[in-house]
Amino acid sequence: MARRTSENPREDLVIRGGTLVDETGERRADVLVREGRIHAVEAAIDAPSGATVLDAGGCVVAPGLVDLHTHLREPGGEVAETVESGSRAAALGGYTAVLAMPNTEPAIDSAAVVRDVLALGETALAEIAVAGAITVGRRGERLVPMAELAALGVRLFTDDGRGVQHSGLMRRALEYASGLGVVLAQHCEDEQLAAGGHMNEGAWSSRLGIAGQPALAEEAMLARDLALVRLTGAPMHFLHLSTAGAIELIRRAKADGLPVTAEVTPHHLALCDAAVASFDPVYKVNPPLRTSVDVAAVRAGLLDGAVDTIATDHAPHAPERKDDPFDEAPSGMLGLETALAVAYSALCVGPAEAGDEGADRGWVPPGTGAVMSLRDLFGLFSWRPARIAGLDQDARSSGAALGARSSGAALGARNGGNGGNGGGGVGGQGGPILPGRAANLTVFDPAAEWVVDSSRQASRSRNTPFAGRRLTGKVRHTVFAGEAVVVDGEAQR
Amino acid sequence: MISPGVTTRTETTPIDAAQAIDAGQAIDAAQAIDAAEAMGASGAAGSAREPAATGAPATTREPVATGEATPATEDEFLEVRRGPTVRHLLSIADLDREGILEIMRLSDAFAEVAQRPIPKVPALRGRTVATVFMEPSTRTRLSFETAAKRLSADVMTFTAATSAAVKGESLRDTVETIDAMGIDAMVIRHQASGAPLRVTDWIGASVINAGDGTHEHPTQALLDCYTIREALTERRGGEVPADLTGLRIAIVGDIKHSRVARSNVLAFSALGAEVMLVAPPTLMPASLEGWPVTATGDLDGTLGELDVVYLLRIQSERLGEVLLPSLDEYHWRYGLTKARAAALKPEAIVMHPGPMIRGVEIAPEVADLPATLVTRQVRNGVLVRMAVLFHLLGSGVV
Repeated sequence: MARRTSENPREDLVIRGGTLVDETGERRADVLVREGRIHAVEAAIDAPSGATVLDAGGCVVAPGLVDLHTHLREPGGEVAETVESGSRAAALGGYTAVLAMPNTEPAIDSAAVVRDVLALGETALAEIAVAGAITVGRRGERLVPMAELAALGVRLFTDDGRGVQHSGLMRRALEYASGLGVVLAQHCEDEQLAAGGHMNEGAWSSRLGIAGQPALAEEAMLARDLALVRLTGAPMHFLHLSTAGAIELIRRAKADGLPVTAEVTPHHLALCDAAVASFDPVYKVNPPLRTSVDVAAVRAGLLDGAVDTIATDHAPHAPERKDDPFDEAPSGMLGLETALAVAYSALCVGPAEAGDEGADRGWVPPGTGAVMSLRDLFGLFSWRPARIAGLDQDARSSGAALGARSSGAALGARNGGNGGNGGGGVGGQGGPILPGRAANLTVFDPAAEWVVDSSRQASRSRNTPFAGRRLTGKVRHTVFAGEAVVVDGEAQR
Repeated sequence: MISPGVTTRTETTPIDAAQAIDAGQAIDAAQAIDAAEAMGASGAAGSAREPAATGAPATTREPVATGEATPATEDEFLEVRRGPTVRHLLSIADLDREGILEIMRLSDAFAEVAQRPIPKVPALRGRTVATVFMEPSTRTRLSFETAAKRLSADVMTFTAATSAAVKGESLRDTVETIDAMGIDAMVIRHQASGAPLRVTDWIGASVINAGDGTHEHPTQALLDCYTIREALTERRGGEVPADLTGLRIAIVGDIKHSRVARSNVLAFSALGAEVMLVAPPTLMPASLEGWPVTATGDLDGTLGELDVVYLLRIQSERLGEVLLPSLDEYHWRYGLTKARAAALKPEAIVMHPGPMIRGVEIAPEVADLPATLVTRQVRNGVLVRMAVLFHLLGSGVV
């Protein structure tokens, strides 16, 4: 068992007995962390006196997870979540960096709000990066001061919660952004086609009498944006794709060489619209839970590389709002504390080992197809999203590192300034686990089985669709900037 | 879990056998009412919250295990929410063929009660029924309250217009407050689909769905089945049909937004009828996968084969949603005009859940024909709701 670490990140840490998994491969090694950085990686490390030892026996030691899609709700929605509570949830889920979505109140559409959120993030349990809105107030009318926000380290812009409906405005946004080294991200939803639907349009919405939004509402905007990328050459990232048609569109766009990336959520790769038969708004989310055919397509997209990352769309809502009837409740699900286990259970555990998840209505049982390797899984959760958000660069390492951007990123060249990490961040996310790198690490026990207890989550909200479900795989320790923020599944502050 | 009567709707029950059961059950029901009268007088009718000992259909929120997530058949739709706990009526899927027929037989017994000089029995004396109508509907509320009063239950009325809901109170707080006053059943009407099912999570009383959004309106479907059965009985010189096997029923109009249609499709097909949905594509549900129906946009082509034409109300809001060009065009294409009524079989009947808009879904002259059973539907509504309340709250000895 590990000893409790102090809050002092300068205390040495030894992570002992685990299997390291990063972009370079897998190997058995211990890790010595000193002064926020990985100091040594060797087959067996004797703990220096005073060092904290984290037991990683039977566990995977991977670069910390990076979430491209977190709603921290602050400012304006503190009843549901704060930067602090959200970062604690992130740490418990194995994340060492999250990208805060800008649909706050006020929206993150000005330098002042960017600075506020970054300041709140300085004491958080994970790196807090900030996404900016594309349009002022997310109203789809005027562009935000993108260059000014980019100078503060904002790398990703989105009106998430809504898509940019106006095609002409979206074209101008892409053209304007293309000189700034930033990426625009879209919540693909044609609001006229979606027509206010509360769930996926199909057999279940028809039976249940709940207004549906068709898959086409997502696919039509995605198709438009792919054409705009073709026209402007500007890179784009697509948020929470959920339909078989959308996965196929992004697959073809990549085959055509377009500079695009895409994410899917844990819930869209595990749950289908049959869950809504309970009329429980915990299953209300936007984009909605789709059919089991779409779930299979999402999984296939992850396996064949059409999709780049799994992002949570962690969307806390106060419990009383999720007690409203389905039509009236807000959309959104918690994700940070369960994402890795859900994805591992759905993608890496074969059907025979799947246990009783398949018995739950709405949970799509693991297929008989390919089973994902742990390295691929952590790629989806760590180094690939780190690269998309520009969080892979190590702000405090040598200048040489700044020029060594990894290939494959959709982003243009990094801005200079403070290293693009918003001043408060540490950078160096996504590994690899090598001496000299920032110590952002996750220790994951793939054999652990646990039942999700929503009352024990660190989030201020309780709206997890996985409450009561048995999952396989659990985050044991999380090390952020050299500090053991989670030890044996407990947040240390 | 699946009702054979529902899933194998081509199966027919021999009429003689069914009649025998029917007669026997009717006698049992009458005896039960008498017994309940006696018990009601002593104030010891048993606990309303005990599950029925007779295995009557009931509802539970527990999801049912299915390997396949997307429904492929009607079986899976009907699998939702079945189990042995507090009794509710949220969906016709909570009843199977036998459950529906049981309500029919109980309604027969209450029809007899209605003929008495004092059409009231003490069956639910001491029980309290709350009607909670978050969406205005005077006729359904009055029908339930009349039914409860004829069973001697106490009635509490709660409507959104006069309630704390207008002050911003949540549905959960509202129903928990009413439940805390001590009620045995809550009859709930809500504008959101599924709201009554959610309420079963929060209160201990039986919940009866009096119409939820565009989901279901089960008591409407039961009274419609009863009305059709009654019309058939008259036509056959008093011989009560076992069920609705052999009938062709067309439901015409805004299927997409109709809770009445959803309940009636389940109820009619559970009783063996052949159900046809007639509407322009814009007023059809996005998917009919798993629905035991056929669908067409051509009313005129089907008129001659129908035994029942069930018309739905067309709401003018649908024009704003560009689902229809105009109400005149709808009337021209789907309205039950004199000419269309003349094309029906002589014995065909016309039904409508009300409120009926003359000149849109039905021509005024047709609305007043003897074949149009709208008034009888309303009258039977009270009987059937008495049967439902008795079924859920009575002693369970039926």
